[in-house]
Amino acid sequence: MEMPRPNPDVLARKQAVLARLLQVLPEDAVIHDPAETRAYECDALTAYRCPPMLAVLPSTTQDVSDVLRICYEEGVPVVPRGSGTSLAGGALPTADCVILGVARMNEVLEVDYDNRFIKVQTGRTNLSVTGAVEEEDFFYAPDPSSQLACAIAGNIAMNSGGAHCLKYGVTTNNLLGVTMVMMDGSVVEIGGAHLDASGLDLLGVICGSEGQLGVVTEATLRILRKPEGARPVLMGFDDNEVAGQCVSDIIKSGILPVAIEFMDTLCIQACENFAHAGYPDCTALLIVEVEGSEAEIDYQLAKIIEIAKRHNPVELRESQSAEESAKIWLGRKSAFGAMGQMNDYMCLDGTIPVSSLPEVLRRIGELSEEYGLPVGNVFHAGDGNMHPLILFDANKPGDLEKCEAFGADILKLCVDVGGCLTGEHGVGIEKRDLMAHQYAPADLEAQMAIKDVFDPQWLLNPAKVFPLDASEARRLAAE
Amino acid sequence: MKHMRPETEDELADLVAGLTEPVRIAGGGTRGVTGPEPELNVSGLSGITLYEPGALTLVAKSGTPLAEIEAALDAEGQQLAFEPMDHRGLLGTSGEPTIGGVVAANVSGPRRIQAGACRDFLLGVRFVDGRGQVVKNGGRVMKNVTGYDLVKLMAGSWGTLGVLTEVSLKVLPKPEAVATLVWEDRGWVATSKLFCDALGSPYEVNGAARLPEGGGKPSRTVLRIEGFDQSVEYRVSKLQELFAETNPDQVVTDAAENTAIWREVRDIEPFADRPGNVWKTSVKPTDMIRVVGDANPNTVVDWGGGLIWTLAPEGTDLRSELSDVEGHSTLVRATPEDIQNLGRFQPENAAVSALTQGVRARFDPRSVFNPGLMG
Repeated sequence: MEMPRPNPDVLARKQAVLARLLQVLPEDAVIHDPAETRAYECDALTAYRCPPMLAVLPSTTQDVSDVLRICYEEGVPVVPRGSGTSLAGGALPTADCVILGVARMNEVLEVDYDNRFIKVQTGRTNLSVTGAVEEEDFFYAPDPSSQLACAIAGNIAMNSGGAHCLKYGVTTNNLLGVTMVMMDGSVVEIGGAHLDASGLDLLGVICGSEGQLGVVTEATLRILRKPEGARPVLMGFDDNEVAGQCVSDIIKSGILPVAIEFMDTLCIQACENFAHAGYPDCTALLIVEVEGSEAEIDYQLAKIIEIAKRHNPVELRESQSAEESAKIWLGRKSAFGAMGQMNDYMCLDGTIPVSSLPEVLRRIGELSEEYGLPVGNVFHAGDGNMHPLILFDANKPGDLEKCEAFGADILKLCVDVGGCLTGEHGVGIEKRDLMAHQYAPADLEAQMAIKDVFDPQWLLNPAKVFPLDASEARRLAAE
Repeated sequence: MKHMRPETEDELADLVAGLTEPVRIAGGGTRGVTGPEPELNVSGLSGITLYEPGALTLVAKSGTPLAEIEAALDAEGQQLAFEPMDHRGLLGTSGEPTIGGVVAANVSGPRRIQAGACRDFLLGVRFVDGRGQVVKNGGRVMKNVTGYDLVKLMAGSWGTLGVLTEVSLKVLPKPEAVATLVWEDRGWVATSKLFCDALGSPYEVNGAARLPEGGGKPSRTVLRIEGFDQSVEYRVSKLQELFAETNPDQVVTDAAENTAIWREVRDIEPFADRPGNVWKTSVKPTDMIRVVGDANPNTVVDWGGGLIWTLAPEGTDLRSELSDVEGHSTLVRATPEDIQNLGRFQPENAAVSALTQGVRARFDPRSVFNPGLMG
C-alpha cells in the first residue's frame, strides 16, 4: 500500500509547528519525541506503520479548534484518531502529519431519558456510552466487536455497525447531532436532540466520512430502553447453501431477529477452542437472536426453529440460561482474536446481497485453494456483511502481498455480485485503491467535491478513502 | 419551453446537459414544490427493477408510482416501514405520488420515531447532477460504508443537488397485528408525560401522537403497538399496567380502525379542509409544550412530541415565535407571498449555510434544479 511522499517543507518546520502547538496546549498534550510518537505509528491494521511528525491530545473543543487553526495556517496535514482500532488504516499517519487523538475527551455532557439521548465527548468508548445509561436500563445500540476499546469519534468516522444492527441500524441511524471543528478551526453545530435536518442532511454525509471533513468533538446519540430479554439459538448445517437458504426463509417469515450471525468450519473450531461455547462441529453455524419478554422470545424462537427444521440442521440448540447466551456471544465476538491465535490474519468487510451467499462462499473457497491461504468466514448474515479472515504468516516473505491480492479478489467479487467493498470498517488505506472497482470516475468526483467544500486544502486525513491517483491533483494543489 | 418527460436515464442526462434555463423537477407533483417553468418530469422513468423479499431490498426507478411499490410489497407481506405521508389531502394536490418524490422530500410518517426516517431506509441512489452526469452512490445492500454517504445527502435535498433516477430501499415485514391505546381530552403536560413514559418503556411503541378535537370528537392522545398477535396483546397489557393511574379510554384492535387513526395522523387530515398556513416543527420531544402554546385545536402532534404540525393564520411567522426553542420549522402549506417572505425552510446559521451553498454549487453549478426552493 503506497502512501504519498511527506511534504519536505512541512518536515522542515517541525520545530516551529511544535512551538505554536505548545502555546495552546499543555506540555503533556503535545508529543514530539520520536520514541513517543511511535505509539501512534499504526492502528489495528498493523501491517502498515509510520510514526507521525507530532501527536496532540486535546481535552476540549476549543483545544481542537486551536490545533486545527495552527495546522491550517502552517499547511500541516492532520490525521484524527479515536482509539486506534481501525482495521482499515483509517488512523495511519504520514511522516509529515499531526495525529489529533481525542482519547482525553471522554466526558458525558448530558443524559436525557425523557428525550432519549445522551451527549458525549467523542473520545468516550462505545461501551462506556451504554455504561453511562445502564442504571436506567437504557443502551446505545451500535455494538462493534471492538466496543470495549473503540471511541465514538471513530464510530462516527467509519459509520460503524455491529452484530445487532439488523434491528437497530448502524451509527448513522443512531446519531442525532454533532459539534464539529473544521480544518480552519471554526466550529459548527449540526443536528441536535430533534429529528431530521431542515436543509441538506449534512450529518448524513459527515457520518462515515473517515475524518476527512472535520473533527467531531461532541455527539448527541440516540439511546433506547433495553428490551426485557434476549436469547440466541444455535443452528448447525452441513452445507453453506442450506444455511443461506435458512437465513432467507427466516427473514421472509416476518420475524425480524436482532442478529443473525454465520460462521464456517474454520471459525467455528477456532472460536470453540477459545470460548468453549459448545459450538457443534459442522460446516455452517448460525446464531440467531431475538428479543422481548420470555413469552415473546419463546414464540419467535419456536417459529424460527420450525423454519430451521425444514432445512435438516445437524444441530439445533436454544440457549437455556443467561450464562450460556453470554458464552455463545463470547465465542462470536472473539472470532477475530481466536483466529489471531492461529496465525496472522487479514479481516475483510465486504457486503453482498444475501441471495448471493452460497455463490460467494463457494468462490472464496476456490480462491483459497488457488492462493494456498486458508480463510475463515464469520459474518452478519442478516444483512450480508461478510468478514472473511485470511490467514497468513507475516514473517514469510511474500505472504502479506499474496494475502492482499487474495483479499482484493474477494472484495471485487463482493462488488461484482451487487455488493460493496466495506460494510462497516471503512475504506481507509486498505480498500482505497479498490474504490475504482465499485465507483466510476464521476461517482468518486461527486464524493471528492464534498471534501473540497469542507476541507478545501485537503489537509484532513488526505491520503485515505480515494485512490491516490484520483485525489493527487487536489492534494498537490494544496501543497 | 415545453415540459420535458424523458423515459430513460440517458435521455434525462442529455436533457440536463443541454439545459439553458432552470427547471422545476417533478415526479407526481403531489409534494407542493413550486418554482420555475418548465417542468422536468421524471414519471417516465418507471418500474421496479429488483425486489428480493428474502433480502429485504427493493430497487425502483424514481418515477415509479408509490402505489405500485406498495402493492408489490403487500403481496409479500412487506412494507415501507417509514410510513411515508400522502401530501395530497393537505396540499390539495392531485397526481400519483412517486418513490422519487418520497425520497427527494425525505417523507416519513409516525413510525419514524421507532423504525427510522426515509433516509434511514435508503440504501442507494442514482442521479443526474447539474452538469448532466450520472452519479451513483450506495448500492442495494444494507450495510455499506464504501466512500462518502451521498445517499443520506440526496434524501431530503428536494432535487436541488440532482435528479434522482433510481433508488434502492430496505423494506420490512408487515406486522401481524396492531393495537392503539387512546386517551381522550388529555392536557399537554399529561400527554407529554405519556409519550416519554411510553417511548422510554421496553414495549416498542412505534406511534405516539395527538389529534386535535374536531368533527364532534374530543382530542385524542394515541399510542400504537405492532407485532405478532400474542406480543401485541402482551405489550398492551404491560402499557395498561404502566399507565394504571391514567387508564386509556379505549384500546382499538380493529385493523381498519387502526389504519384510519394512523392515516389521520400521517396525512394531517384534521387540517385538510381548513384554511390557513401549515407549519411542521421538529423539536426535542419535551419542548412540544412550548411549541403548542395555546394553539390547541390547531395542532397535530406526532413523533412522541418531537413533531408538531401547526395550522396558523396567513402571515404568521411561527419561527420568530419559537426563536428560543432548538429545532426547525418548515412552511409546508402557505400562500405564495408567505413562502416568499418567510421562506419555506428554516434559515441556516452562517457556518452551515456556507457548507450547504458550497455543496449545492458543486452538484448544480448552473443552479438549474429547483432554484431557490431550499434557499
